[in-house]
This record gives sequence, C-alpha cells and structure tokens, in this order.
Amino acid sequence: MKNYNSLIFEISQPGRTAYSLPKNDVDTVELNEELPSHLLRSEEPELPEISELQLMRHYTALSNKNFGVETGFYPLGSCTMKYNPKRNEVAAKMSGFSAIHPLQPTNTTQGALQLMYELQEDLKEVTGMDAMTLQPAAGAQGEWTGLLILKAYHAKNGEGEQRKKILIPDSAHGTNPASAVVAGFDVVEIKSNERGTVDIEALKAAVGDDTAGLMLTNPNTLGLFEKDIAEMAEIIHDAGGLLYYDGANANAILGKSTPGMMGFDVVHLNLHKTFSTPHGGGGPGSGPVGVKLHLEPFLPVPRVEKEGDRYVVSSDYPDAIGRVKGYWGNFGVNVRAYSYIRTMGPEGLKQVSESAVLHANYLKSRLEPYFKTPYPQYCMHEFVLSGSNLKKHDVRTLDIAKRLLDFGIYAPTVYFPLIVEEALMIEPTETEPKEMLDEFADAMIQIVKEAEESPELLREAPHDKSVRRMDEVTASRKPVVVYQK
Amino acid sequence: MAANKEAFLYTKEHEWIEVKGETVVRIGITDYAVDQLGDIVFVDLPETDSEFIAEEEFATVESVKSTSEIYAPVSGSIQSVNSRLEDEPEVLNESPFEDGWLVEIESPEPFSQEGLLSYEEYQNYLSELED
Repeated sequence: MKNYNSLIFEISQPGRTAYSLPKNDVDTVELNEELPSHLLRSEEPELPEISELQLMRHYTALSNKNFGVETGFYPLGSCTMKYNPKRNEVAAKMSGFSAIHPLQPTNTTQGALQLMYELQEDLKEVTGMDAMTLQPAAGAQGEWTGLLILKAYHAKNGEGEQRKKILIPDSAHGTNPASAVVAGFDVVEIKSNERGTVDIEALKAAVGDDTAGLMLTNPNTLGLFEKDIAEMAEIIHDAGGLLYYDGANANAILGKSTPGMMGFDVVHLNLHKTFSTPHGGGGPGSGPVGVKLHLEPFLPVPRVEKEGDRYVVSSDYPDAIGRVKGYWGNFGVNVRAYSYIRTMGPEGLKQVSESAVLHANYLKSRLEPYFKTPYPQYCMHEFVLSGSNLKKHDVRTLDIAKRLLDFGIYAPTVYFPLIVEEALMIEPTETEPKEMLDEFADAMIQIVKEAEESPELLREAPHDKSVRRMDEVTASRKPVVVYQK
Repeated sequence: MAANKEAFLYTKEHEWIEVKGETVVRIGITDYAVDQLGDIVFVDLPETDSEFIAEEEFATVESVKSTSEIYAPVSGSIQSVNSRLEDEPEVLNESPFEDGWLVEIESPEPFSQEGLLSYEEYQNYLSELED
C-alpha cells in the first residue's frame, strides 16, 4: 500500500457498503410532504461506497503516511516540535476531565476549575505576568486577544482613535501583522539591523503619539535574543504605547527570564509548543494570554477565581473584552500542559531551555562551515542558515528540504524569516538525543556534498516517497478544492 | 516593445517606476524581486481611484514561497491597474518590466525623483546585496 494514493471516492463501487442497518421498525416518512422544497436536495449525495475492509485499509494507509515527532526528527523552526510525554495523555483521559460538561454546576467540577486556576498561576510565574486567561484556542488567537486588550486599554484612556499603529519588526512571524490588521490596527514594519535584531534608531523614528504598541518575539525568529529589550520597552512606554510578547519562542527562556522582566505588558504562550501538547496536524493548540495589572480589567470573561478553598466562575468585569472562545478554550490541551509543568517542575523547565539552547548551538556549530551563516553570534533555541552558497550549483533551499525527506527527516522551516535569503530555520528542541543531532548534521553535510557533485539528486528529490514533487504552482494558481469525477 | 529599463527609477524595495507623464507613473517590481519570490501565484491589486500615500502598502504579491507587500513609491490615486495579473499571475514572472506592470498612479503634484535610485544606482545596490 506504499504507493496507494487514491481518494476514497476513486475506490467506490455502486452498491457496496460497510454497514448493515437493522430492519426499519418505524413508519417511513416522505420528506417532501414534511419539508418545504428548498430544504430538500434534488440529487443524491455522492458518497463513497466501499466495504469495511477497504475503509480500514484506506485510512490505515493514510495514517502510515503520517510523519510526526514519533516517526522521526522534526526540526521545524519556531514550531518547537518536542516530544509530547504520554503521561499528559493519561491525565487528559481521566474522567474528571474528559467526561464533564462546561455547563455542569461548578460544585461538581471543582477539580477541573482547580486545574485551570493552578495552570493560570503557573503560567503567571513563567511569564512574569499578573493575570491570565486560558481561553484563546492557539497562538494567533492569543495575539488577537492580546491586541483587543491593548485596544480596550487605549480606548479607556480616551486614546482609542489616536493610537492606531502597531510596530512589528521585519523578522516577525507572519501572524503578527495579520492579527494586528484583524484587530483593527495599522501595521508599521521596523527594520532589523545587520546583527539581526531590532534597529533601535528605526524604532525611535517610528514611535509617536499614534503608537498603540510593539509586537515582539524574544528570542526573535532568527533565534537571537533581543538584548536591547529594556531600552526598547522604555522607548515604547515613554511614547504611551504597550509591549506585546509573542511567546512562540518561549522554549528558550523558561526559568531564565520572563517577558514581565523584559518590560512586556501582554503575553501569549503557545502551550502546544513550549508545554508539550500535540500539534502540527495533531492539534488543537492553546494560546493563553497574560497581562500586567493595569490590563487585568480587560481580560476576557468568564474567569476562574478562588474564594476560600472553593473555585468559582465570575463574569462581573464591565471593562472585559468579552468572550473569545466557547466555554473554556481547548480544555483538554490545557490539562496536558498542566501535567507537563507539574511533571517537570521549576528546575526541570529551566533544564528544558538550557538543553534546547545547547542543542541548537551544537547543530549550528557543526553546520556553519557548510552554509552561509548570516548571523555568527551564539543562538538561542533555534538558528537560521542560508542556502544561498549552493545557488552556484543551481540548487535552492527547497531542494535541500526535499532531499532531507529521503533521509527520513522532516525538513526545517524554509524561506522564513523573510530577511534571510534562501533561509533554513532549524529548531532541534531539547528532547532529541545527541545521536539524532549528529545524524541530522551528517545528512545536511552529505547533501551539501551532493549539491557539488550531483546536484540533480537534490533537484529531483524526494526519491523514495509515494508522492514526489508536488506541482505547487498549478495547485496555487488553479486550485481544485472539490472532488471532481 | 522592450522596456527602457535604464530610464526607469528604482527603490530599495525592488520596485521600478516608469515616468509616463508629468504626474503619472507606472509601477512594477524588478526581475530581482521576481527571482527572489519564485513562482508567483496571486497578485492582489488595489481598486482604481483608491488613494495611497508614499510608503503605504498598496498591493500584495503571493508566491509559492511567501507573500510580500508592495509599497507605494509615490503618493497619489490609482489611475489604472494591470487586471491581466488577476487571472495570469505568471505574467509577472515572465515579463516583470513590461506586461507584468502593476499599477499607474497619478500624483497631485509633479513627479519628483527624490529618494529614488537611478538604474545604475540600483545595479550597484544589487551587487552590494550579493556580497
């Protein structure tokens, strides 16, 4: 079944079924007598007709094509594809968490509320914030929530109309400008300097009484720590703006620094990255948002609070931006993150970041001689190489990425960040053994040699996959999104 | 007719500007920009008559690699757009200086070259980037 690539519709045979229904023992109803004609479909739905065994083979074949961190190395930059410990799953399956309903009386769900409350407390500690919401479903929704809080703050101060601009460095994740626009702001791009960090002079030139805030990832997407963060915070705060921390790269700073310490006012975390919950097709995510005290009134409702030794739910916050997600967000994901935090403990989390940074620097030092390294300084949890030195062999970064698949390794993030030509963004994470880091480095070095000796090996990769190169151009220009016979 | 690239003006954001009249300029992106982007799959152009100030984002070019904003090199209103790119974005790959032009902008004031690069200056800038 390795080369099986059929759609389920393509293996359909008229009349074949994977079910047998019991004999109908109720009266048959004629739908066209009961419902108006515009609610009735005129054609039979086109459903696949296959046997149960075919059905099982079809989906088992698809599942065998999956690639995940449990099948191989997954160094996808800025995505923190770490191993997700199985004990998290055990916790999430406990009936007190998995078999409850969010509308149950709170005296029957005290354990779940306690978990949410304690997770909020833990995340406050991790981020240096004063209050937390667990509602946002993932990172980008966290960004949007944080920006709405920032907007509500300026509106409350009578500056809602005046402060329309969000400053975002050119190294930022693409979700930052997208979230800012969706939240109703105008985006101003701030250039990076030749060291790969924010250009302070450009920031000073852009800031003003129309500044709503700055969105920043620290370490940034180049894996570099923004060492001028204290000065940047001062520049933004002096102008009356606020600082937003994109927590996508929080895996680099656990127990070492906090966004609160750096001067940030609003933070989101990606529990599915830093706190080991499944993602990348296995989602869903969770993007809690934390704020400093001056922004607490605007946090979403409802909130979980502790009264004596009881946990209660309150929505009595007139300045709150409202609800951003149904019920309590992705609760099951939050249970897994809680399990991870309590398993690791403060020392364990610190070790996570130390190992993540060590692994990235080890790989960087092994690969530096073979690629262009735009920023030579030590990196944090990830680093960016440029494949531009292979252009002379008519080989692009895309070809390197495709060739890596032949080695059973998932390709790193490519062509991002945008400020590095032919970028390869590599994040090994702390959970990989040294042997795997070496295997990856050896594969990359071999690929560079192949580029010199037999570049067509790269240009035609992958060689052993059931699907070779996709025609991405036609797929994007003339997409066919519905099955057609 | 081949475009007279040497008479065009350029920006460091890899746009070219062709002066069509005292207040009208045609704008596109350079072959370098197109080469960096790779195969272009979608071009989002503004409405005719919409107004932009210099350095404001006015169009989006999407390739298989990334999505890039295009910034207005001059202030003014959109006089015409190259609507062919809506259905045939590949024209931008094939002919960035000619058939792949993006928009024509009419400025309220006579066109000024201030802050823009000549052909020679742009070529020098490109060779700096290659280093």
